[in-house]
Amino acid sequence: MSGQSMSVGPGRTGALLLVAPALLMIGFLFVYPFGYSVVSAFTDNGEGSWHIANFTKAIEFYSKDILFTIVIVSLSTAIIGILAVAIAGYLTLGENPTAVAILKWLYRWPLFIPFIVSAQLMRTFLAKNGMMNNILTSSGIIEPLAAQSYLDWRGIVITFVWKQTPFVALLVAGAMASIDRTTIDAGRIFGASRLRILIELVVPQIATTLMVGLILSYVVMLSVLSVPLMINAQSPTMLTVDMAWRINSYGDYGVANALGIMSYLFTGVVAWFYLRQSLKDKGA
Amino acid sequence: MVAAALSNNWVRTVTRVLTMSLLAFAIFGPITNMLLWAVAEVWYFPYKLPLEYGFSFWERVFRPEGNATEALFSSIWIALLTVVVSLAIAIPAGYALARGKMPFRYLIMLLFLLPQAFPAVAVHMNVARIFYGLDLTGSVVGVVLVHASQGLVFSVWIATAAFAAVDAELEAAARNMGAGRWRTFVDVTLPLALPGIMASAIFVFLISMDEFTGTYFVGAPDVVTLPMLLFTSSMEGNYQIASISSLILLVPSVGFMLFIERFLKADVLAKVGN
Repeated sequence: MSGQSMSVGPGRTGALLLVAPALLMIGFLFVYPFGYSVVSAFTDNGEGSWHIANFTKAIEFYSKDILFTIVIVSLSTAIIGILAVAIAGYLTLGENPTAVAILKWLYRWPLFIPFIVSAQLMRTFLAKNGMMNNILTSSGIIEPLAAQSYLDWRGIVITFVWKQTPFVALLVAGAMASIDRTTIDAGRIFGASRLRILIELVVPQIATTLMVGLILSYVVMLSVLSVPLMINAQSPTMLTVDMAWRINSYGDYGVANALGIMSYLFTGVVAWFYLRQSLKDKGA
Repeated sequence: MVAAALSNNWVRTVTRVLTMSLLAFAIFGPITNMLLWAVAEVWYFPYKLPLEYGFSFWERVFRPEGNATEALFSSIWIALLTVVVSLAIAIPAGYALARGKMPFRYLIMLLFLLPQAFPAVAVHMNVARIFYGLDLTGSVVGVVLVHASQGLVFSVWIATAAFAAVDAELEAAARNMGAGRWRTFVDVTLPLALPGIMASAIFVFLISMDEFTGTYFVGAPDVVTLPMLLFTSSMEGNYQIASISSLILLVPSVGFMLFIERFLKADVLAKVGN
């Protein structure tokens, strides 16, 4: 009668007590400040009546940056998705073992490079006299006088793509490795090109993983302060920079938090997709 | 026919080599550029390569009273404290989530993901404000708390997976032989889950080493970690110091990439997030 039925783990109360410190930490360092930001955005620094003046001010001052943020993050997410599928697809379907091995070794490098280091790498690489321009001018692709700095919105997109593609590619390659090979082989027998096999047979089977990877990247890109701050802090810039600026220069928590609420909303939209998908998967 | 097939093959090989070279340049170009800056003494536009090479900036950085040495030590100290705090919280939580009769288990697991699901800047600036009232801004304790909260999802999820991967039969056997709950946990469960716990500790250590946003709001200007030094020197245009700091930050990150597979075994990895 003992064996399995003898409980090896803590009971209900014990379990809740053991998890309590972790819950307290989330409560104090996330839920509380999160609520604080909402209250602060809709009031005058947490005092007086509720109003939306902070939002009208935020939109008046920063509508350009709001648009800029959405465009940069969406564009980066799209490019990351395409490159990740291409890399993972080649790893799965590639016929040249040497090329596959090289790619496998190559693509992961930026994965564990911190954002702030990536930003510094790109700050030197994409500058007017950076290595990218030097190679382009030396190889005669562009005229030396035409060399320009890429440290603007393009720099931000390039940095995000460089840093996040390996992460999504890693997830997607893992998913591709575990799909049913028979459909791929069937496609091959019927003479479908590898590109068609990838798009029509493989991608639909790993769509969930791809989406999860892209959503996580999207949220990360909306949260990162160091990259826009170091690559392009001039207007138009990303909302994260505006929030930091609002606080450090004016101590204006109302408008900063109104911008914060907007960034919550941007992630809220995709988080909703994520939750719906993961609940569906749990149910399946 | 044969000639056409051969030339087709040749075109393929050339495309393959070109694509790989382009990719290699895209990935290693920025890293090489940083390495050059780290050993450049004099380098300005329009020169494509540094005019003089040397290590005088390294000397400046690593002098005992140099600011990088100080920043490096404070980064490591904060990261170690963050690991201690995280493990003290994550081990009991992970054990309870893996083994206990936990009500609303799925929701609680999801709750730990929340800080990752919202833009960190918006939350951290309010943490800084709350900490100000508690006299925690500019203190190591404040920075450690912020870092630990960021790493919490990883430490708790990986610890949960590590405990879940331990065979419950072994624990049951120990209990049957008369070992108490505590003894079973310390002598059986914990040692078996240790590689996974180590992996979560490494994760948290790296998160803390690389953390910027929270430190920027909560720690600055009193707590100077390596990422903060990197940032300020880069903004001042001192690319040598910024590149040397980058290089120091890269060492643990790349080391982690090479060694993580030893700690994070497939059986644990498969259970992460479940």
